[in-house]
Order: sequence, then C-alpha cells, then structure tokens
Amino acid sequence: MATKEQQQAYAEKIKPLQPKPPYFINCLKAFVVGGFICVIGEALQKFYMTYFNFTTENVGNPTSATLILIAALLTGIGVYDKIGQFAGAGSAVPVTGFANAVTSAALEHRSEGIVLGVATNLFKIAGAVIVFGAVAAYVFGMIRYAFKILL
Amino acid sequence: MDYVWAFVVGGGICVIGQLLMDVFKRTPAHVTTSFVVLGALFDAFGLYDQLIEFAGAGATVPITSFGHSLLHGAMASAEDHGFIGIAMGIFELTSSGISSAILFGFIIALVFKPKG
Repeated sequence: MATKEQQQAYAEKIKPLQPKPPYFINCLKAFVVGGFICVIGEALQKFYMTYFNFTTENVGNPTSATLILIAALLTGIGVYDKIGQFAGAGSAVPVTGFANAVTSAALEHRSEGIVLGVATNLFKIAGAVIVFGAVAAYVFGMIRYAFKILL
Repeated sequence: MDYVWAFVVGGGICVIGQLLMDVFKRTPAHVTTSFVVLGALFDAFGLYDQLIEFAGAGATVPITSFGHSLLHGAMASAEDHGFIGIAMGIFELTSSGISSAILFGFIIALVFKPKG
C-alpha cells in the first residue's frame, strides 16, 4: 500500500497531464438542460393547478411524481443516461436525477433477482440523499424549534 | 415570466452543481447530498420559501427542495406535537416523491432490460 504522502505526490505529478474540463461549455449545458427541466416542471404545476385544483402549497407533489415517472421511463429506455452524459449536473441536480439514480441502480442489479437485485439496490445511490436530508432536517428542526420555545 | 424565472433559477442551481463537479472534483452523489443539506439550511432561515415564491418550479424541481420539504414537514408537525413531532413529520411532504420513486423505479426495473 502506498502511503498518504506517496498518493499525494502522485496526484500532484499527474495533475498537468489531466485534461482540464471545459468549464464554460459544461456550465452552459447544465444551465440549459437544468433550466429546461424546471420549465417542464413549471408547465406541469400550472396544469395541475388549473385542472386538478391543487394549490401552490401542495402542487409540488403531483409535479415531482410526474417528473419522476418521466425520468424513470427515460432511464428504462436508456435515454436519460445519454442526457446525463451531455448535461452533467443539469440532469443530476433536478428531482429527475434522483429518479434516474433509483431506476438505474435497480436496473443494473436486475440479473441478481427481484428481491436481492432490484429491491435491495433500489436506494444504493439515492439513499445518500435521503440519509443526509433526513439527518440535516432533524438537526435543523431541533435547533429551530428550540429557538422558538426559548424566544 | 414565470417560465423565464423558473428557467434562470433552476438552471442557475444546476450551474452551481456543475462547478462543484468540475472545479472542486465532487461526484454527482456528493453534489446532490450537499444540495439537500443546503436546501434544509436555507429553509431553517426561512429563505427557501421566498425563492419558491419568486421562481416557482425553478426552486421546487431541483433536489434542494427535497431538503426544504423535509424540514417544512418536520416544523409543521412540531407545532402540534413538540419535539417528537419533528420525527413524525419529517417525511410528510416528501412522501409522494419517495413513494413514486420506489414504485416507478421498481416497475421500470422489472419491465426494461439494462442498456449498455
């Protein structure tokens, strides 16, 4: 095993050889694709508010469910991964990226069976988001509620 | 105008994620987990609701809104049940998102075969 210093020295050594990512182009792609997904979300919100009597408070539920369904389908037919290669964070940051992480992890382990493959691996990647979200919300909630009681 | 702000704000959040990936060499998993924590932090100071009012889906579609909804549900339930309410309400608002991700992810994985 290489020591930590050796690993760092190696990382320094190969730095000039690694290609620099095209920052501007990547950001532009992420901006356009991410923005476009949010525009679809906005259209869905307006649709659900006009025709299904949802309010601004709870319209996020059917909207994200629809986006998750679309993203899961696109992952199933192999299109979302192509979008992901093109858009980077533009497809990973919206809620569709969460659905893609769930579906692709399940698909990948399909050959190991429905219980041990699909069901066990469903939250293999996306689980981190739920864990950190729940822990953060718990901690911030405790602090905020404590402040509210004290003040 | 709603669509323009949704596009700009939603796209802007994605650009921050892209910069974290390119400049600071974070993996997409690190970026999304950081964003969820950030969303909860913004909501703790009551800032995220203002962003939603301004940008609509531009603020509710990115994963940051997941953290915001977690804390929002927790705080709403804490009103009624005190400290134990935080645990009771944490998944209240995000329930539809998580359950539909489980349902659709499971069904799609059964129907389709993995590509490439």
